[in-house]
Amino acid sequence: MRLYNLSVFQLSELMEKKEISSEELTNAYLERISQVESETKVFVTLSKETALTQARNVDQKRARGEELSPLAGIPMAMDDNICTEGIKTTCASKILYNFIPPYDATVAERLKGAGAILMGKCNIDEFGMGSSTENSAFYPTQNPFDAEAAQGCISGGSAAAVAVGEAAFTLGSDTSGFIRQSAASCGVIGLKPTYGHVSRFGLISTASSLDQIGPITQDMTDLALVLNTICGHDVKDATSASVDVPDFTKSLVNEVKGLRIGLPKEYESGVEPQVAAKLQEAISKLEELGAICEEVAMPHTEYAAPAHYIISSAEASSNLARFDGVRHGLRVEAEDVSSMFKKTRSQGFGAEVKKRIMLGTHVLSTGNYDTYYVKALKVRSLIKQDFDRAFEKFDCLLTPTNPTTAGKTGKNPNDSLAMHLSGVCTLPVNLAGLPALSLPFGMVDGMPVGLQLIARHFEEETLLRVGYTLEQSTNQTRPKPGLFLKYNIHRG
Amino acid sequence: MKITEQNVEQVALFSRLELTEEDKAVYTESLNTILDYLDMLDKLDTNNIEPAAHVLSFKNVFREDKLQSSLAKELVLVNAPEEEAGCFKVPRIV
Repeated sequence: MRLYNLSVFQLSELMEKKEISSEELTNAYLERISQVESETKVFVTLSKETALTQARNVDQKRARGEELSPLAGIPMAMDDNICTEGIKTTCASKILYNFIPPYDATVAERLKGAGAILMGKCNIDEFGMGSSTENSAFYPTQNPFDAEAAQGCISGGSAAAVAVGEAAFTLGSDTSGFIRQSAASCGVIGLKPTYGHVSRFGLISTASSLDQIGPITQDMTDLALVLNTICGHDVKDATSASVDVPDFTKSLVNEVKGLRIGLPKEYESGVEPQVAAKLQEAISKLEELGAICEEVAMPHTEYAAPAHYIISSAEASSNLARFDGVRHGLRVEAEDVSSMFKKTRSQGFGAEVKKRIMLGTHVLSTGNYDTYYVKALKVRSLIKQDFDRAFEKFDCLLTPTNPTTAGKTGKNPNDSLAMHLSGVCTLPVNLAGLPALSLPFGMVDGMPVGLQLIARHFEEETLLRVGYTLEQSTNQTRPKPGLFLKYNIHRG
Repeated sequence: MKITEQNVEQVALFSRLELTEEDKAVYTESLNTILDYLDMLDKLDTNNIEPAAHVLSFKNVFREDKLQSSLAKELVLVNAPEEEAGCFKVPRIV
């Protein structure tokens, strides 16, 4: 039995029946990590010792007969911009290369409370600026579907970790689509929750009005289990929403009859024909199951990417002002304080981050503020209006997650515009603060394809229902990456 | 709207970033590529549209003015590049 091949739900049952202990499971994952990590480069930091200590604690609690969460004893990981007490958190940036947070982010605290085992911190783009770790200050993460690295495909660490079995589930962060885009390119499930549904306290902010933490999982059941633990109001986050959190496992219903699904045709421009064909296949399947699929107009979609670029850069230039060599991270010594700031920031930030900071500063400066920043905020209103109108008629919207398969991303590591435009289907969702799910839907040329479902604010339940129905009725087993198979065979 | 090398110098100063002569040329070019792209927003008439800094409605969060526990000073200082007498230490300012 290969434990890293099992879902959270299955592992939880095995531990419940005392067939395995959390310590054994953690050791199995550590072995898996030592097998594949040199090729995948999923982690920035591994937390082996604390993981084993946590696992033994869970085993003791179970032995005492305490009631435990389904996540108790489950090995997981999270993006390296989510603060973890006593465990290095770098934002994949040289400027925070040695930062050890003295506190946990709220999501880290909740998972710890549930007894989930933190295996380590996943590679991201520096301060989350990108869609596939091409901008990590340390190294890119290999896409496990591109086993021989022939195509140079890279991906997000948190999605690759789930795809290849280095963690049973992960938490990622999503400013323009990172969770959904990298989940799609790794054949796993990723969800960006509604803005405010999951606390951002302890998430090192890049663009505060766009950032959101969400789960990456192997299947829809696991997604519901993780959401149950991380959603909910938090007094430490002023933008946290005071809404009741449902039991998301109740939304795992295999039924979409009568559900109205909108198809925004603007999202199909620039989409690769083979990806469009997969979308069409999903539409036919949903119609066969009784859903009503119709086109819907979202006329301002083409303006979402430039507006997002302006808003995210403006917010980043302000948020990243705090990194100055005074309180944490890198300090480059200099005679006077102003030179110390400049030298620290110039050596600590990478090229893409510097460019965004300068662009953000430019669009917020006198004379440009109205032309760019206010204009972008007005476009944001129009994007929201497009969604509001669509949701008057439809329960959810269906689009591709990425316009192309993963084979094409990461090919322009120095072209920041091309990289940004790869998020053309995902970033409007961040502007509007909506929840959106990416779920795997087959393969094109050996690389996985992801479909995106978007719902109204705080209606994640609709996403779970449609996602679960597709998962059950297409009866597709999770695609196995080349790297996964390679090591599976080696183990015999 | 184009950005000049002088603008880039100014923006770098505001951003507390140090640029070499070569950097200046590179960033001027790449920022202009982005600004050209962003200018597509000019096509869109937004005269009667309200700007949205956030899309969900938020209320100011108040709480009782009660003493609550916070991080211990030594924990706050644990990541300080330099500290002295319970304070963050920086190079001479005046």
